[in-house]
Amino acid sequence: MKSSLTFHKVIVGLLVIYLLIPLVGTFLFSIAGKWDHTILPESYTMKWYIELFQDERFFDAFRRTLFLIVMSVGLSVVIMLPTIFIITVYFSKWEGLLQAAAMLPYGIPPIVGAVGLIKVYSDGPIQIAGTPWILIGAYFITILPFMYQGIRNSLRTLNAVQLVDAAELLGATKFQAFRTVVFPNIISGILVSTLLSVALLFSEFAFANLLVGGRFETLQIYLADKLNSSGHLTSAIVITYYSMILLLTGTVLKLTFKNEKNPVGSNKKRILSFLKKHNCNKNTALEGEK
Amino acid sequence: MRKIKKQKIYLLALLLPFILFVIGFEIGPLVAMIKNSFYADDGIQVTLNQYITIFKSEFYLQAIQNSLVISLISAVISVIVAVIVAYSFTKFSQKIKNRLLMITNMASNFEGIPLSFSFIILLGNNGLFTLLFSKIGGDVFADFNLYSWTGLILVYIYFQIPLAIMLIYPSYQGIKKQWKEASSLLGGSTLSFWLHIGIPVLLPSIVGTFSILFANSMGAYATAYALVGSNYNLLSLQIASLVASDVALKPQLGSALGVLLAATMIGAMWFNERMMRRIRRDLR
Repeated sequence: MKSSLTFHKVIVGLLVIYLLIPLVGTFLFSIAGKWDHTILPESYTMKWYIELFQDERFFDAFRRTLFLIVMSVGLSVVIMLPTIFIITVYFSKWEGLLQAAAMLPYGIPPIVGAVGLIKVYSDGPIQIAGTPWILIGAYFITILPFMYQGIRNSLRTLNAVQLVDAAELLGATKFQAFRTVVFPNIISGILVSTLLSVALLFSEFAFANLLVGGRFETLQIYLADKLNSSGHLTSAIVITYYSMILLLTGTVLKLTFKNEKNPVGSNKKRILSFLKKHNCNKNTALEGEK
Repeated sequence: MRKIKKQKIYLLALLLPFILFVIGFEIGPLVAMIKNSFYADDGIQVTLNQYITIFKSEFYLQAIQNSLVISLISAVISVIVAVIVAYSFTKFSQKIKNRLLMITNMASNFEGIPLSFSFIILLGNNGLFTLLFSKIGGDVFADFNLYSWTGLILVYIYFQIPLAIMLIYPSYQGIKKQWKEASSLLGGSTLSFWLHIGIPVLLPSIVGTFSILFANSMGAYATAYALVGSNYNLLSLQIASLVASDVALKPQLGSALGVLLAATMIGAMWFNERMMRRIRRDLR
């Protein structure tokens, strides 16, 4: 019995090492001064980080990325919240349609989406190909599945329909019911979807590269461009970038932990675990009924 | 009655931005791409030529084949690793389990350009391990080239494994301890438990995970782009160079390849959906 636990410890240990090696290697490289022939760096330095934080281009790229993220995630919250709420509460017969539209981007990779977007916006009435505006639209669609799942699940756990009915019976208007009863209760769910979307868009490269490329240099494009120059500097970028992502996902996990005591899930994987979790819940419910 | 109708119109108006975005950036481009794939290079003549070109061209058939093979190999290996590792996960206490899932979750964010870069540091021509192994005399990596087929597969497997674990792990919770007890009470060995009960219960979820991993690597672009640029003949890289390169713009041909890729992806997703339904029916 004991030896079998050792076996599992070895397996898990190997996995953790395997998963962390690239991260550790990159980190070491980013703080290495001279490192040519030895196993570990000969000297350590912070100069790559100092150099990076003095690079205007890095900050410009960072600002552009932030602009895109704030615009598309902001738009998504402002548009999706009322849309999902209205359809759930007042037009429930269209829910299937909404779900299909919201989940479709999940099956279509950016590389395919970009083909059509270039076609539609390079000529015709709206010529926004090559500008950040086309990216905002593309990003809106990219994060649609997360936003939909997040908001929809929050509304479902809240029993929003009954709540609104009750509020209206007590004389509240539709808007009041939404603002004072529903919204405060789903805000943390929305926050989680928002942060996940932000993390996802931080790592987005395909759309950015194909739709605007160097004309609007985002963090990822800057990174791709730096790939062939200084390795140390690039490691410093990668580590900075991952620190940001970790901070974001850490917050998400904490929030989710607080909400449901089940910290499983990330980005697009989250949707899938959502699906599975639902199945599990259903199964336990069914078994309980027996 | 009239008041209700009027209210509904207001509510519908609130849906308008969503509808516009979906048409403008989801359905519209998709339709445009499909339509575009049926035009000749001049964009005027309606024809099936783009598809015929693809299926007659050794180059594009190879791109499709390469993408299929790399997706199959990386998905198979990742699923096998994930089945074993996720099982090991279940042997630990809840606290350690959560930590492990957190690490896996974190690693699943490690993909795309930063990941390719890390692999270049570790295994590139002057990489950490490349130097290390040449120093201790092991010729393990002497023939190894990161910017090649094997290198690409290695990186794909890396980003597939955490995802596979996250997907497979929950299904182990469906296997009840009592089943094992019952099986051993009836004289079954551990092997026969897994053979007759464990694996059949896990199978739909394994197959479903496989199809998601497959789709995931079919559509992957950033990792391959950063690692091999356009030097390697992959479907996603070819589409990109046809629709957005400076050299050979052939948007119609790119559209046709895009349609084929999307069809593969949606096929894989549909398959996964079917498998998920299987799970529910099985347990009912």
